[in-house]
Amino acid sequence: MKTLLIGEFREGKLLDSTYELFGFAGQAADEPVMFMVGSETQLPSFGGRLYLADAAACGEYNPDLHKQLILNVVQKENPDRIVFVHSSYGWDLAPRVAVALKAAQVSEVVAIQEGGFEVGCCNGKMRRIVKPSTPQTVITIQAGAFQGVQPGGTPQVTRLAAPGGGTMEFVGYEPAEEKGVDLAKAEVIVSAGRGVGKKDNVAIIAALAKALGGELGASRPVVDAEWVAHDHQVGTTGQTVSPKLYVACGISGAIQHLAGMKKSDFILAINKDKDAPIGEVADVLVVADVMQFVPALTAKLAK
Amino acid sequence: MKILVCIKQVPDLESRFKPNASNTWFDEADLAYRMNEYDEYAVEQAVQLREECGDSSDLTVLSIGPDRVVEAIKKALAMGCDRAVHIQDQAVSSRDPWQIASIISAYAREHKFDLIFTGMQSQDRGSAQVGAMLAELLGVSCATTVVGFSCKDNVVTAKRELEGGVKGVMRMKTPALVTCQLGLNIPRYPTLPNIMKAKKKEIIALPVADLLKEESLAKTTSFHPPAKKGGGLLVEGDIADQVDKVLALLKEKTAVLR
Repeated sequence: MKTLLIGEFREGKLLDSTYELFGFAGQAADEPVMFMVGSETQLPSFGGRLYLADAAACGEYNPDLHKQLILNVVQKENPDRIVFVHSSYGWDLAPRVAVALKAAQVSEVVAIQEGGFEVGCCNGKMRRIVKPSTPQTVITIQAGAFQGVQPGGTPQVTRLAAPGGGTMEFVGYEPAEEKGVDLAKAEVIVSAGRGVGKKDNVAIIAALAKALGGELGASRPVVDAEWVAHDHQVGTTGQTVSPKLYVACGISGAIQHLAGMKKSDFILAINKDKDAPIGEVADVLVVADVMQFVPALTAKLAK
Repeated sequence: MKILVCIKQVPDLESRFKPNASNTWFDEADLAYRMNEYDEYAVEQAVQLREECGDSSDLTVLSIGPDRVVEAIKKALAMGCDRAVHIQDQAVSSRDPWQIASIISAYAREHKFDLIFTGMQSQDRGSAQVGAMLAELLGVSCATTVVGFSCKDNVVTAKRELEGGVKGVMRMKTPALVTCQLGLNIPRYPTLPNIMKAKKKEIIALPVADLLKEESLAKTTSFHPPAKKGGGLLVEGDIADQVDKVLALLKEKTAVLR
């Protein structure tokens, strides 16, 4: 099958996640062609055909215009699949392209299965196989689900002119907040999730972090609820960490959180639900009420 | 200003899910339902805009599904929406995102909304498709994954959440659609007087057959738990034993206990 891969480029750089698209194409035994809005100075290591629009002229974020460029390439190449990374760029653009082509879209694919694509659902607790019934399919792949592959070589570049237009004006980037806590350097991180129940209970998790000589981390819901400051957040939109010991307290394990901590050397999870997705990455899953287990562990450590 | 907010009712995600008879989605028996969390942020932002614009504005909440979704609709009304549209559909869980977006667009096209709010995704399906598809079908501008929003003189400024804590700020003219990310605001709890007031608000019921003219483009052929990767050790039993076991494991497997 012929596959059009949509590369990603941000703040002047080709993103590494672009190579995961080649990982997908390799597993699917597809013939890849790539499109990206990027730069001549940041070409992917790939010997095939690359349709390149200049980010300086098209903007790094201009979905109407990027969609139009993709549709032009689709018309020329007639690919069976158009594949994006399931990222803030991919999940924004893919549905627009799918509607314009009236093609089925399958989101956040984790594996290629006979007759369809496997995707997660129900907060990562379950899986679905989705089978498209249109001749062309738009796909987004889950970040990290397909191993990145650098095919090697220099692309044969077809330059695309900026068609102009677009109804949206990109104002600019806002950098990530200054980090008060550098979790990346911590050897031990003890993180609080929604399972701790309320803001007052965060102190109990922090006490375990202190007893283990580590830092306090947090999952997104806890940060959104303002129980813990944002600079403690672990996950896709927070910090990516790999401590010697990661303790997940009352964290169910949304994919965005797992992406930020699954490379830790040893993961201890405490959750009352033994089917929670955190169990997928944990070395040890303690099935217990976090508010009973954590103080008991802290007390024993103090002895 | 005419505002629409689209909400979905989803099961409590702490539940245990079992496949249904056709093995295409979960069995609905014994599940408790609530408003999709992302949609709570969408409702809150829509209500805030409604309040800023005053009486010249009008806010409709829309949901598709069987009778149970009226509970989620009532919550949105109690949070401050003016009226509701319930698109009655017993088979909502078999629809693909394309069909859901088509149903909403068939309704929204006639009513010419200036602004539409949706959640960025549902907690149960998580496809993140319907909002952007709806905008595309209506031919309006769309910002997804929004964590900051303002609207002045028919210009929306939206802050999108990107990876690694970076945000992207963009502007667009109305009519427009935004899909709301967690943390955009702090959704209010409906107060008792507002819950009482909401009981008098209009809920317009429309059969889905009046709005759905499209076949699905994709089908679910299987619904199952993920394959267990193994490796993880389950520690069950009473707390004191669990603590002893965990301490022994930490001493054996990690270098952090001194």
